[in-house]
Amino acid sequence: MNDFEQFRQTFFEECDELLQKFEEVASRLTPGMDDLDELNDMFRSVHSIKAGAGAFKLDRLVNYAHKLENVMDQLRSGELTLQADDPDLIVQAGDVLHVLVERARAGEEADAGVEDEVLSALEVMSRGGAEPVETAAESDAGSPETEGELAVSDFKITFRPLRAMYETANEPQLLIAALKELGELECDIKIDEMPPLANINPLDGFITWTLVLRGCDSIGDIEEIFEFVEGDCELSITPFGQPEASTFTADIEEGAAVDVSEQTTATLASETTKPNASNTSNTSGGAPAKSMGSIRVDLDRVDRLVDMVGELVIAQAMALEGLSEQIGLQNVNQLQALEDLTMRTRELQEGVMAIRMQPIKTLFSRFPRIVRDLAKKLDKSVRLELDGELTEVDKTIIEELSDPLTHMIRNCLDHGLETPDERESAGKPTEGVVTLSAEQRNGRILIKVADDGRGLNTEKVLKRAIERGIVSEDDNLTKEEIEALIFQPGFSTASAVSDVSGRGVGMDVVRRNIQKLGGRVTVDSEMGKGSCITLALPLTLAVLDGMLVGVAQEKFVIPLSSILETVCPEPQSIRKMPDGGSVVSLRGEAIRLIDLTKTLNLSRNGQPEPLRKLVVIVENEVGRQVGIIVDEMLGQQQVVIKSLETNFHAIKGVAGTAILGDGRVRLILDIDGLAESNRSPSGAKQPPLDIAIGDE
Amino acid sequence: MSKRALVVDDSKTMRDMVTFTLKKEGFDVTEAEDGMGALDKSTSGAYDLVISDVNMPRMDGITLTQKLRQNGAFKATPILILTTEADANKKAAGKAAGATGWIVKPFDPDQLLGVVRRVCR
Repeated sequence: MNDFEQFRQTFFEECDELLQKFEEVASRLTPGMDDLDELNDMFRSVHSIKAGAGAFKLDRLVNYAHKLENVMDQLRSGELTLQADDPDLIVQAGDVLHVLVERARAGEEADAGVEDEVLSALEVMSRGGAEPVETAAESDAGSPETEGELAVSDFKITFRPLRAMYETANEPQLLIAALKELGELECDIKIDEMPPLANINPLDGFITWTLVLRGCDSIGDIEEIFEFVEGDCELSITPFGQPEASTFTADIEEGAAVDVSEQTTATLASETTKPNASNTSNTSGGAPAKSMGSIRVDLDRVDRLVDMVGELVIAQAMALEGLSEQIGLQNVNQLQALEDLTMRTRELQEGVMAIRMQPIKTLFSRFPRIVRDLAKKLDKSVRLELDGELTEVDKTIIEELSDPLTHMIRNCLDHGLETPDERESAGKPTEGVVTLSAEQRNGRILIKVADDGRGLNTEKVLKRAIERGIVSEDDNLTKEEIEALIFQPGFSTASAVSDVSGRGVGMDVVRRNIQKLGGRVTVDSEMGKGSCITLALPLTLAVLDGMLVGVAQEKFVIPLSSILETVCPEPQSIRKMPDGGSVVSLRGEAIRLIDLTKTLNLSRNGQPEPLRKLVVIVENEVGRQVGIIVDEMLGQQQVVIKSLETNFHAIKGVAGTAILGDGRVRLILDIDGLAESNRSPSGAKQPPLDIAIGDE
Repeated sequence: MSKRALVVDDSKTMRDMVTFTLKKEGFDVTEAEDGMGALDKSTSGAYDLVISDVNMPRMDGITLTQKLRQNGAFKATPILILTTEADANKKAAGKAAGATGWIVKPFDPDQLLGVVRRVCR
């Protein structure tokens, strides 16, 4: 029935962040590291978890965190230095902390002894320092309120505040008022020492209170009241009937009473001793902490909001389509108002989408750990460099990226990077570098995983692909095309199956996952120098700026971000190719054309083809340009993307569906899919895509 | 006019708890996430009470206490520091810096208010 129970949820959410921070720094620890900011960060994380856990009476967690905190404290104070195995131990300790938090969150007891091993290792580590672990716990054994119950319940208290007491803003009256709560209080003030009014300095102590308190159960309660002013006042508390003592060192003879007094003396002595005021405080020199306010919102609510705004955009577009025609040019004000509405709706939508955006740091931060563990397992020396961690990405994308990225990183370490010996003989530094970076470009998020390893061996790749029947020996493939073969299902270059990246799931799964998100995967590699895999992802999954085009009585949406230009070429600049396709020559460059009526099996129903072809030049992720032949351009629109896969099933050449302003559903063209399908490695034998054929 | 309190802690859980308790006691509460944030907010008028954690990024509670005490407006303002268990060093350091007293974490609402009543009119 604790009032604080309502903050349990907040606490565990906070724990997530704290654990993440802890693990993040832990994975960066190296023997001998003494970066004060980082160590302070870790200390604070554990400290906060402990403090919160205490509030919810999670004793086991408190106990564990307390011990871990002590070690972190030793580290940050320089009392301990990280030895060879210590970083791994700290990482492990973080894992156990994680487990304990998770169990506590679930309201379950963690397995017995789950923390024992780490705790004893921590203890050894902590003893490895110069000083034995000693916390302050002993010097403040608490006030002796429970011990040595007094037979007496009456006390005489003399109390004279000194200057120091006023300087810490303690108020004698408040203390006396508090005493009054404990029992019946008689109060006598001695003001003999009060100087003449002209000389009074109000901060000097010159008043002595002599108080008699009757009916108080415990001397501890009284001491507690004066807890903050020990040393800042002259104080004596004497059980009634005992010889009056000016200080606590008075001799008291009998049993129970002696106990109490000695205790009291001890307590006071230890606390009154002026601290050597050594400011051990951690004035961290400008740690880059953000002080932005934030609130936590249930994700469902945000998603509902996103959905609602999506519908609003559609409704607004529908209204606009009808109204703008009716209003006519003469009513400028009304048109202006409509325009305003469009703009505001759009701003609203962007604002709402931004709520779902998170820095990709949340995802990246788990990789140092993975790389560290894996490098150890593989006996390779690897440095992971992160770049662009603050790039903001839709939360769903972040979640969905976790597996593919992990797989790619594992691949990098397992297959990409050579062993230290191999690297040395290749004249490279023994430490391999894996770079994980994110950036926003052209309305897309680009995530790159690069390594400076051996790179793809195109000969080997091609040989394997031929073996597997993915391509035939006659195919004349470019380097890029060969490299792209690694994304083909059933392709695996590793000659040996390892338990690190395995064989079952390959890059084809990565590609499928990324495609599901509306993204693309490309690889760029140079033998002996390393390789780089790029994921290009949409900024958000929910809306898209599209160009509506008409082809043979159908309407399609082409993502605006992939359109370079629209041309209406002279008929003679379009040439037929031997394979049945055609190209348009544009400023001296030949660009392949895609005829949607053929690729998508559209029927013109006897309607004539337009005389002049309209070509939309689009560019795919790798910068390859193709031209899409359309009948007409119908205008630019923002559309709400609905997945075809979840509502129907995946279709090649179609990225998804869009609900348009008129409420009708249109297909969004998958530019890359179309470009690839017309350019399969096995030449022009590709059958036309059939809308009715599902993926696999 | 209700009394004003400044609550400083980098842990949201702690801030929530302290704020909740003080609000029930009729305080008007301003929150800050660390010493720096608290200093920023200290300029917006007088406070009747400051409760601050010790371990915080950017500026810890001890330094904050020192700085506030140097500020005339906070000369007589009760400043309580939040410490865990019975960390005598922290209490001593807090007091040397000018803190009025301390609150030991974990605390329950009554404990917190008990201390507050002892230092705050």
